[in-house]
Amino acid sequence: MSFAVEFQAVSRHFGPANAPVKAVDGVDLTVPEGAFFAMLGPSGSGKTTCLRLISGFEKPTAGSIRIFGQDVSDIPPNRRNVNTVFQDYALFPHMTVRDNVAYGLMVKGVDRRLRAGKAEEMLALVKLEGYGDRKPSQLSGGQRQRVALARALVNEPRVLLLDEPLGALDLKLREAMQDELKALQARLGITFVFVTHDQGEALSMADSLAVFNNGKIAQIGTPAEVYAKPRTRFVADFVGSSNVLAPEVTRAFGGPDRWSSLRPEALRLTAPDGVALSGTVTAHRYLGAGSRVSVAVNGTEVSALVPAGHGLPATGSTVGLAFDPAALHVMEGEG
Amino acid sequence: MTAPAVLPARGLADRLTALFWRHPRVLLSLLLAPPLLWLGVVYLGSLAALLLQSFYSIDEFSGVVKEEFTLKTYAELFRAQNLDIILRTVLMSAAVTLGCALIAFPIAYYAARFAKGRWKAVFYLGVMLPLWSSYLVKVYAWKLILAKEGIITWAADALHLSMVLNAILSIPGIGGNSLSTSWIGTFLVFVYIWLPYMILPMQAALERVPSSMLEASADLGASRAQTFRTVVFPLAMPGIIAGSIFTFSLTMGDYIIPQIVGTSARFIGLAVYQLQGTAGNIPLAAAFAVVPIVIMLVYLTVAKRMGAFDAL
Repeated sequence: MSFAVEFQAVSRHFGPANAPVKAVDGVDLTVPEGAFFAMLGPSGSGKTTCLRLISGFEKPTAGSIRIFGQDVSDIPPNRRNVNTVFQDYALFPHMTVRDNVAYGLMVKGVDRRLRAGKAEEMLALVKLEGYGDRKPSQLSGGQRQRVALARALVNEPRVLLLDEPLGALDLKLREAMQDELKALQARLGITFVFVTHDQGEALSMADSLAVFNNGKIAQIGTPAEVYAKPRTRFVADFVGSSNVLAPEVTRAFGGPDRWSSLRPEALRLTAPDGVALSGTVTAHRYLGAGSRVSVAVNGTEVSALVPAGHGLPATGSTVGLAFDPAALHVMEGEG
Repeated sequence: MTAPAVLPARGLADRLTALFWRHPRVLLSLLLAPPLLWLGVVYLGSLAALLLQSFYSIDEFSGVVKEEFTLKTYAELFRAQNLDIILRTVLMSAAVTLGCALIAFPIAYYAARFAKGRWKAVFYLGVMLPLWSSYLVKVYAWKLILAKEGIITWAADALHLSMVLNAILSIPGIGGNSLSTSWIGTFLVFVYIWLPYMILPMQAALERVPSSMLEASADLGASRAQTFRTVVFPLAMPGIIAGSIFTFSLTMGDYIIPQIVGTSARFIGLAVYQLQGTAGNIPLAAAFAVVPIVIMLVYLTVAKRMGAFDAL
């Protein structure tokens, strides 16, 4: 099995050596060839720094990075066959869309006519035929995003890096682009490494994902694994806002003395008697397809997802919470 | 009692605010009227008077200005001695602009990309400090530095580099007896005096280039030289043009530096000064003064044609 990207104990520290800011701290990860890999985490968790380590805009303080087996520690960005779609797109404002897309070929010395043809091909790939003569300032946000994508693909990179590429788009456009990106990746077969803070985006698009927290990887796995079996309290809360239950609560259900997680959709609201968990309703949040009901159970807030059409208990009333014991996931990690 | 939905006006300030809100143009015209009057009457008015004067001529015998429209005065500009003055001034201005641009770029680039916090303050102070001291003091200081008995000659002697200095001074056309009496000296002082006017607009332009733009270029395979040529330079161009307008026009109009340092050959500024003063030939002085304006207009037109303002 060959890996597109391989991190071995990679750290990137900023600031003075005696009190460093550990942006990336001892990360090991492998991205399989042809994968759609997501790096998910809150801002400041180190995911973007990891992406910049792959592109070469940051150098690791320690550890080694391999791209398709080759150590790239001493290779500057322009010699890595890896291209990036930047968060702010970073289109060159003084060039036309065509020249932007053809830039990678221009700096390689490809003949003008040849690169114009290739640029047109790339623009067609992102459905922007006929936009070549415009300037980036004449395009909408979604169109700029596509130009940035076409520009990054023109060199036929081995790995495409995407730094929160959909962050600036509105919801409708973002969902459309998610589908398009996914289809494009399947068609081109290029390895995509995608950075996002949106867990929904990561779960729906990625083949596998790494959840970052404080410069470390909290968990790596397929979206289904990470969602159903979070390793730590952080992952349970960040990916899908799971209920995190303290060790004594886990023990009350016959589990070991460890933290556990329980998905809101696994909980059913019942009458308060005869069930293990009960509490007072503190709030509802309407979500369209259902409602999220918050219940205070002995000081811990537990959320349950009630599908649309079911009656909602009034705020302040006492309810019971029932669930299938198999849905309780005991976590191995701390924190 | 509940609070009213509309608050009562609190006197004149609120009434004026309401007026400006209903008629936004009123505030704009109030703010713009005084400076526009100043510019229109004092500046454009005197410029028009200057233009008018340049179409008059002087009676060669009586020395009296004849107030009749003629192009005779402009024709005088094309006399060999006057053409020399114009050519000399334009060449010096171009050389000074180029010299300033070459020296300013690394400084502006450092300040825009790398200087943070305290170092940024040091940069601004370092660039602005020379502007706060007297122009004449600086020019005379340079005369002493460049003089035959000055520190440069002394340092060259001490380092056994007199040969190099003499070789530079013996370059025909721009050399001379000493640095302070050569074209090189005039050039050096001009570059020193106008450098801040090149650095500051350049730095402002470079600061507006996001670093992701440079990263995108490297990411797509460009070497540093390619990134400079295709991204940094075109994006900094409006700043370079703005700076060059300063250095070019300031050099063209200056009449003090060429008097103090250099060969004392005349520049446009000095010609205007002497023609309207001792010679009393106001029409020719006016015609000379029009030359820099025309040259600047030509320069800006060419710059625009070449796409210097595309990144604005």
